[in-house]
Amino acid sequence: MSRRIRRWNGAVLTVALGGALAAGCGAPGGDAPQAEATGTSPSSASSAPTCGTAPVTLNGYFETGFPVPKDLADEFTKQHPNVTFNIREDQFAVITQNAPRVLADDPPDLMRLPQVSELVKNNLLKNLDGYAKAFGWDSWPASQLQQMRMVPGGKTRGEGSLYAMGLNFSMTGVFYNKKLAAKIGMSEPPATLAELDDALAKAKSAGVPPIAQFNGGATGGLAFPLQDLMAAYGPPGPINDWIFQKPGATIDTPPNLAATRHLEKWIKAGYFWKDVNAVDYATMMSRFIKGEGLFMFNGDWESGNLDKQMPGDVGFFLMPPEREGGGQAAMSAPLTFGISSRAKNADCAAFFLNWVATDAKAREIGVRVGGSHPMGPADAAMPEVKAGTVTASTLEAGAKIGKDNGAMDFIANATGAIYAKSWTPQLQKLVAGQQTPDGLLKSVQSDYTSQVGGS
Amino acid sequence: MARRTPKTRRPGPARAAGLRTPSWVGWLFVAPALAVYAVFVLRPIALTFQYSVYRWDGIGSSTWAGLSNYGKVFTDPDLFATILNAVKLIVFFSLIPVVLGLVIASTIRRIAASRLALAARTVLFLPQVIPLVAAGIAWSWLLSSTGLVNQLLSRIGLGGVTRAWLGDFSTALPAVGVIGAWVLLGLCTILLLSGMSKIDPALYEAARMDGAGPVREFVSITVPSLRQEIGVCVTVTVIAALASFDIVYVATQGGPGNTTMVPGLEIYYLAFSERQVGTASALAVVLMVLVIVVALPIQWLTKDRSS
Repeated sequence: MSRRIRRWNGAVLTVALGGALAAGCGAPGGDAPQAEATGTSPSSASSAPTCGTAPVTLNGYFETGFPVPKDLADEFTKQHPNVTFNIREDQFAVITQNAPRVLADDPPDLMRLPQVSELVKNNLLKNLDGYAKAFGWDSWPASQLQQMRMVPGGKTRGEGSLYAMGLNFSMTGVFYNKKLAAKIGMSEPPATLAELDDALAKAKSAGVPPIAQFNGGATGGLAFPLQDLMAAYGPPGPINDWIFQKPGATIDTPPNLAATRHLEKWIKAGYFWKDVNAVDYATMMSRFIKGEGLFMFNGDWESGNLDKQMPGDVGFFLMPPEREGGGQAAMSAPLTFGISSRAKNADCAAFFLNWVATDAKAREIGVRVGGSHPMGPADAAMPEVKAGTVTASTLEAGAKIGKDNGAMDFIANATGAIYAKSWTPQLQKLVAGQQTPDGLLKSVQSDYTSQVGGS
Repeated sequence: MARRTPKTRRPGPARAAGLRTPSWVGWLFVAPALAVYAVFVLRPIALTFQYSVYRWDGIGSSTWAGLSNYGKVFTDPDLFATILNAVKLIVFFSLIPVVLGLVIASTIRRIAASRLALAARTVLFLPQVIPLVAAGIAWSWLLSSTGLVNQLLSRIGLGGVTRAWLGDFSTALPAVGVIGAWVLLGLCTILLLSGMSKIDPALYEAARMDGAGPVREFVSITVPSLRQEIGVCVTVTVIAALASFDIVYVATQGGPGNTTMVPGLEIYYLAFSERQVGTASALAVVLMVLVIVVALPIQWLTKDRSS
C-alpha cells in the first residue's frame, strides 16, 4: 500500500516537473519564416499593384507620439474609402524590442521599423525590389533608399535589395536661439568650424550657456555633435561604410580622431552644461526652449515643435565645414516603415507607401506634421512652407545635403548594441575626463569588431 | 524522462494504519497550485537553463554554445562589473535599512502611545505603497542639478558639493543606493516594530531593575529577541539589492559610463536590445545562484535555535 502511494506521488511529481521541463528538448528558435525567393515581385507583375475596390483592412503598428503615420492613414482612407486601418501603437523602445516577435507572430501590413539588419537576417521583412521596380522608386535619389537596402543574408547594409521604405526623411544639424545669438553679436550662422568655435567662446564669456545637449542615462546625445564634427573633418563615405558594416571598415581614422579631440576641447572649455551626463532628451528640449542654450545639435523632427514653442526665435544650420565652401554632411535617416514577409495585404501596403511619396496632399502632411523632407523623385513639387520658419530652413538644408551627397546614417545604428554599450558609456567617460579621444575610438572599434564578427 | 525507482528512497516512518486517508487526496488539493508553480516558475527556470547553453537571437535558429556563455559572464569585465555593483548596493539596500530600522523601531516603541509614533510609522511605510517607478522619478528630480537636494545644500553654504548626483561617476551608485535605502527602510522598521511588540515587557523591567540603560536594553534584549525578524529583513533586502532593476532603470538606466549597471538591467539589455538571449540567460542563472548562495547562510545564521 505504502509503496503504491509513494509511486503515485512520484508519478505526480514527474508529470508536473516533466511538463515544466518539456520545453527542454531540442534547440530553441527556428520559428522564423523561411527565406523567400529573392526579388519577389508583386502579384501582378505587368502593372503596379493597387488596393483594388474590395474592402481592405490594413494592420498597422505605429509609433506613439508621432502623428504623421496616423494622419496619412486618415487621408488615405478619405481618398480610398475601401481601405481602412487597424492601428496599434507603442513607444519606439517597445517596438524595437518587440519587432522580431511581432513580425513573426502577428504580422502587420505596415510597421514602423527599428534598425533592419536583424529582421532581414531572420527573413521577417518583405523584399520590396518588385514594388520598387513597378512604382519606379529606383529612379529616386539613391541616397533616400540606401539605408534600407541590404545584401541578401543581412550582413552588409547600404546596398542590395530594398527591405523598407520611408514616410519622409529627417535631417540633423544645429538649431540656435536667435535672441541669444543677437546677444553675442552673431548675426548669421557660422560658415566654418572656426566661426562656430568663435561663437561658442563668445557665448561662454558672455555667460550664455553655449550648447544644449543631453548625455544621460542610456542615450549618449554627444554622439550628435561628435558625428557632425566627424563630417566637418572628413568625408561621410567611410563613416557610412562603417555603419553599413562593410568589411574592413573602421571608425578609428585620423579625421575622426581630430573630430573627437575637437569635441574634448569643447568639453574642457565648459561649452556643455556641467550636468550633461544627467540630462535626458526631454530635459534638453525643455531647457533649450526656456533659453538655456545657444546651440543644440538635433534633428528636424523638432522643427514643427520649435516653430510652435518659440516662433521666430529659432534658426537652423547644417554643421559648417572645416574650410569655407567645403562640402557639408549630416545625419539623415528615413522614417522607416516595412511590410512583414507574412503580411496579408502587402500589395495595398506598398501602394500606400508609394502614395505617401507621390500624392500632393500626402507630401504636404509629411512636411506640415512631420517637419521633414518627403520621399520621392528629386523634381517632385515641394509643399509650400512659410518663409522664415525652422521648417523652411531644415527643408532647404535637406536640398543642400542632397546636392553635396552628404547624407550619413547615424553612428549609433551600426549594430544593435553599439549605442547603449559603446558610444554612450564612452562619451559619458569622455565628459568625466575618464577617457581619451584615442581610447574612445579604439574601444568603440573593438566592441564593433567583436559584435560584427560574433553575431 | 527517467523516473526515480522507489528502491532508492529511504523508508518513511511507519504510520498508524487506521488513520490513513488516501494520500492522493492531498495531491488533489495541491495540484492547482503545483500546476501554476510548474508553468510559471519551474518552466521559465528550466527554459533559462536551456537557453543559457545556446547562442540565440530570440527568433532564428540557435547553435549549441556549451558553457561558453557562462565563461563570458565571468571573463567579460563589463558583465562581471554588474555583479560587483549589485554587491556594493547591499550596503545601501540592506545594511542601512536594517541598522537604521532597528534604531527607529525602538525609538517609535518608546513613544508608542503618542500620535507622533503613528505619523512616523505612516511616513516610513509610505515608500512601500508608492510604485517604485514613481519613487524613482521623484528621486531623480530631487537629485538633479537644480533639484531640492542641491538647493538645500546651497542654502546651508555647501554650494561647493552640489552636482548632478545621478550623473556623476563617483556619486551615481551611492545615489541609487540612497533611493533603495529610502524604499526599504519602512519595510524593515514595520517588521522590526511588530517583532518588538512580541518581546515580554518583563524582560525590560528586570533589566531596568538591574540598572540597565536604554543602550544596554537595546543590545542585550531587543536585538537578540529580534533575531528572526532581522533575518527576514536582511534576506528580503539583500535579494532586493542583488536583483535590483526598477529603481536603477528609472533613475540612471545604468549610466553614466556603466557605473550603475546591475545584473537585472544587464540581463534585460542583453536579451531585448542586443538579442543575445544565451548570454542573458547565463547571467540570469548566475544571478539566481548568487542570490541562493547569499540568502541560505543568512537563513541558517538567523534561525531561532532555542525552539
